[in-house]
Amino acid sequence: MKCEKCHREASVHLTEIVNGHAAEKHLCKECALAENYTLTDPQVPVSQLLEALVGQAGGKEAAELKCESCGQTYKEFRNTGLLGCPNDYKVFEPLLLGLLERAQEGATHHVGKVPVNAEEGEKRQKELVRLRQQLKEAVQREDYEQAARLRDQIKALETA
Amino acid sequence: MNLVELSSRCAEWLRGSGPLSDVVVSSRARLARNLASMPFLSRCPPPKQREVVELCRSALSRLSLPPEVFFVDLEQADALDRQLLVERHLVSRQQAEALGPRGVLVAGDETIAVMINEEDHLRLQVLRGGLQIDECVAQCRRLDEMLEGQLSFAYSSRYGYLTACPTNVGTGLRVSVMLHLPALKMTGQIERVLRAARDMHLAIRGLHGEGTEPMGDFFQISNQTTLGKSEEQIANQFRDDILPHFIEYERQARQALLHERRLALEDRIFRAQATLRSARLLSSEEMMALFSHLRLGLALRIIEDTTAQTLNELSLAAQPAHIQRLLKRTLDSDQRGAARADMVRQRLSGK
Repeated sequence: MKCEKCHREASVHLTEIVNGHAAEKHLCKECALAENYTLTDPQVPVSQLLEALVGQAGGKEAAELKCESCGQTYKEFRNTGLLGCPNDYKVFEPLLLGLLERAQEGATHHVGKVPVNAEEGEKRQKELVRLRQQLKEAVQREDYEQAARLRDQIKALETA
Repeated sequence: MNLVELSSRCAEWLRGSGPLSDVVVSSRARLARNLASMPFLSRCPPPKQREVVELCRSALSRLSLPPEVFFVDLEQADALDRQLLVERHLVSRQQAEALGPRGVLVAGDETIAVMINEEDHLRLQVLRGGLQIDECVAQCRRLDEMLEGQLSFAYSSRYGYLTACPTNVGTGLRVSVMLHLPALKMTGQIERVLRAARDMHLAIRGLHGEGTEPMGDFFQISNQTTLGKSEEQIANQFRDDILPHFIEYERQARQALLHERRLALEDRIFRAQATLRSARLLSSEEMMALFSHLRLGLALRIIEDTTAQTLNELSLAAQPAHIQRLLKRTLDSDQRGAARADMVRQRLSGK
């Protein structure tokens, strides 16, 4: 097919909606650029593009979706299966949902453990360190009654 | 701890004494965690990766952990030591072969292994002998809670703990067991059983986890789903709804062999014993296949002159990295085959 503008071979094929009517446009690369259409990098092999687009909501746009925080694009995620940072879960959320459902037996919400209050955990850790020190001292002075008590306290705190 | 010393030690799970250890060799739980303040590993440049190692190491050093605690810097460790840790199930093959700052902290008779900068910043792993899923999950949880007193983990109220790969998101919990299923293999039922396991959303792997082939009739089975269930639900389901089937099928197959093909079964077990007691060259694969028969013979009391612990220790000590560390020299594959045969022959027959 020839380009509508210059009759070179057309390589860009567009369907535009103008006033409710679909209008097809066939242009060569140069004329398309001249008309300010953004083209994807022609260096990327078609097979790779297709692969990245298959089964994807939003197609090309989705592949180029990028996390401002870590710089990762959705396409990179599709290639490696790995996300770049915690923020990606927000940025790619609409796209990840379908994938999560497939991978997680339909689940999309966490129902497990919630992080313990950092302060409380730290307090408990300090308490454990203190008790272990006391236990060591009790064993050293052969106060086994006290040592047994401390050991029980440590166990209780550790398994709480 | 130097790793030569490690190679001759007996880890808790090697004792072969845990509950239902005739079928369940070991149980494992692991939690995936990431620091809230850092990008995931694939987006971390090396200086940041180093920072992750330092932060995690320093937090771990403040915890009260069971003895003996030691840390291995995997970036510095040589290939043989890294392989040794893979053979002991203390690091994954992926982590052993990766590049960049990373390490593993080991504690409590090798029941605890905390991998730093594996696929996630932290992988907390607890490994125990026999069927001890609850103990593994509980210990993982305690570790996690202690660490949360020191570090802030990436978490969202909707998706839970955030992981580099969305297949781990939520609880970040993976429970697994190493099953020994020789009778299902011998009676030709193993494929059917493994297919059923996949239908139950379980992952099946070989002896050394992801990407490894089954060897010696060992199969690692683990949950795939980490989101939408609580940690307790995941552990309970695995323990009560899934595992009993596998154990029951294997035991039935063993009884069937015992009652219907006893002579053929005994023949196989005693031939395996005879080969192991006289072989002069032994590959890892052959050794594991023959040990599988002996292990079955022990479980069915057909042979009694060795123990599961001996077989466990030997299966580890005769792996490529272990054997080279124990003999303190580099050996090629043929030399290893000879050294392995010597080692096995001496332990099993005293000759």
